[in-house]
Amino acid sequence: MPLHRAGDHTVVFPNRPRILESAAVVGPKEGRGPHADGFDLVLEDALFGQESYEQAEHAMFQEACERCLKKAAMAKEQVQALLGGDLLNQIMAASLAARELSIPFLGLYGACSTMAESLILGGMLVDGGYASPVLCAAGSHYCTAERQYRFPLEYGNQRTPAAQWTVTGAGACLLSDEGPALARITHATVGQVVDLGIRDANNMGAAMAPAAADTLTRHFLDTGRKPGDYDRVITGDLGRVGADLLHALMAERGYPIPEGQYMDCGLSIFHQDDDVHAGGSGCGCSASILSAAILPKLQKGEWRRVLFMATGALLSPTTSQQGETIPGVAHAVALEGGED
Amino acid sequence: MLLYLKVFIVGGLLCVLGETLILKTKLTPARILVLYVTAGVILSALGLYAPLVRFAAAGATVPLTGFGHLLAQGAISAVQETGLLGAFTGGVTAAAGGIAAAVFFGFLAAVCFKPKPKDY
Amino acid sequence: MTEKNLKYEAKQALERYANLVARLTPKSKWGQGCLRAFWVGGCICVLGQALADAGTAWLHLTASSASGFASVTLVFLTALLTGIGVFDRIARYAGAGTVVPITGFANAMTSPAMEFKPEGWVLGTGARLFTIAGPVLVYGISASVVVGILYYFIRW
Repeated sequence: MPLHRAGDHTVVFPNRPRILESAAVVGPKEGRGPHADGFDLVLEDALFGQESYEQAEHAMFQEACERCLKKAAMAKEQVQALLGGDLLNQIMAASLAARELSIPFLGLYGACSTMAESLILGGMLVDGGYASPVLCAAGSHYCTAERQYRFPLEYGNQRTPAAQWTVTGAGACLLSDEGPALARITHATVGQVVDLGIRDANNMGAAMAPAAADTLTRHFLDTGRKPGDYDRVITGDLGRVGADLLHALMAERGYPIPEGQYMDCGLSIFHQDDDVHAGGSGCGCSASILSAAILPKLQKGEWRRVLFMATGALLSPTTSQQGETIPGVAHAVALEGGED
Repeated sequence: MLLYLKVFIVGGLLCVLGETLILKTKLTPARILVLYVTAGVILSALGLYAPLVRFAAAGATVPLTGFGHLLAQGAISAVQETGLLGAFTGGVTAAAGGIAAAVFFGFLAAVCFKPKPKDY
Repeated sequence: MTEKNLKYEAKQALERYANLVARLTPKSKWGQGCLRAFWVGGCICVLGQALADAGTAWLHLTASSASGFASVTLVFLTALLTGIGVFDRIARYAGAGTVVPITGFANAMTSPAMEFKPEGWVLGTGARLFTIAGPVLVYGISASVVVGILYYFIRW
């Protein structure tokens, strides 16, 4: 049986799975950002009418999925698989949303790289003829991430300049083998876990940049493409520090990325003066920006081809306290606009 | 008035030392708390902290080193009064006010308030 | 290449990257941080002194009671400010200026007590109250016990 692969790490999708629709739900702070108009729903407050922030995160995840299905005029009973995850322990936001949606569920954890991971696996299911349509989603919530990874909300703590702000948001995409598409998935490069010894949990960008550089380099090697072949090379949530490091690492490897062709979801989701230090982070960051700002541009033809690479810092407070370094991972998905 | 100036300067300097430790050594604030209390106990036991308290009053007692001073002096005077058992009763007795207040008011705040989302 | 060489290469790569990260990561402003910590921390201590003096003058407290009265009041004010969501903003500005005084201890108890309320009164609020401040009690009390025992035997 022939493998649909290019090089050692890249998958080539022969049927180019279609992204039919997408939706994004975000918190109030994200709703004040530069992409305010692209979101389907901006929450009035981060509790979203729930009792706890964990419930709010679950409700937001579910809302993004439901809105995506509604936009595609698809009943949830028709959807054959839901792939997604979040940052909560045991990916509970996605699991609880899956309980309510009653769609066959494959829970994923890739830290902040989850959206790309779900697109890759969803694309494989669709392209291989195993399931279609498939819903891919990811979300995160500032208030739940703070208590899990850092401190209670009311704890008085100073952030360092390299610290990032977890995005309150969720994004969902509906993948199918037929129908009018916003964009199509052509290639995917599954990243290796890379760890260059970063221990500082307040500098996630530095922990993820080596993985981003590694996946990007492999993608270019496998496909024979260059940064210039993409209208945008888009990273998930490297933030200011991680983006600078990625540029330095890629230049070193002979694939310099021109600044005008580069975008980081974490750097573009907030206004820089909104007290977010090095930028946004979290699964919800790349997921909501994909829906709000990337897919619309591909649909309109403003961009013809982009590389969407979500990056994740595989951090656990437990191993971090035990002195373990922070491994990073990055998955890249090549997207091309609309119809042939 | 001079006392208040001394309080301000000594208290402020102890905070500057803490800020320097946080920024230059990557010690987390939680570790700073532990470090200050333990340092207070040790300095007090060596007789080095009492002079600072005499000089700067609240400037030395309000920072957490003062909490450590309270613990150490409590243990020492209780040993003088009741013998070895005082080592176990003295420290906590002397610091009981601060500890009980933090427990009780912390609990009370949890009863009355909810944490707010940080959307500023 | 021998295994030793490979290990050396890997170590070199880590060092190179650590240097690159150090170069590209913005630093916290030490001078500004210290200035803020100094004046806020100083003011909190002055407030403590004023409370103690007020206790002596109006409530006729002894010196040690007055100091205890000041601590309890500062703890109360911190819990209140933490509850209404103001303390963390002050702390973001002041850094160690609010951590080092007893306010830091009180905030470290109050904030998890509030945060973990959804997990219940016993295992949420009750247990988590001590997550950040517990170590202060563990090491502070243990050190005082050690001092007491040493004092019993040595009497300096």
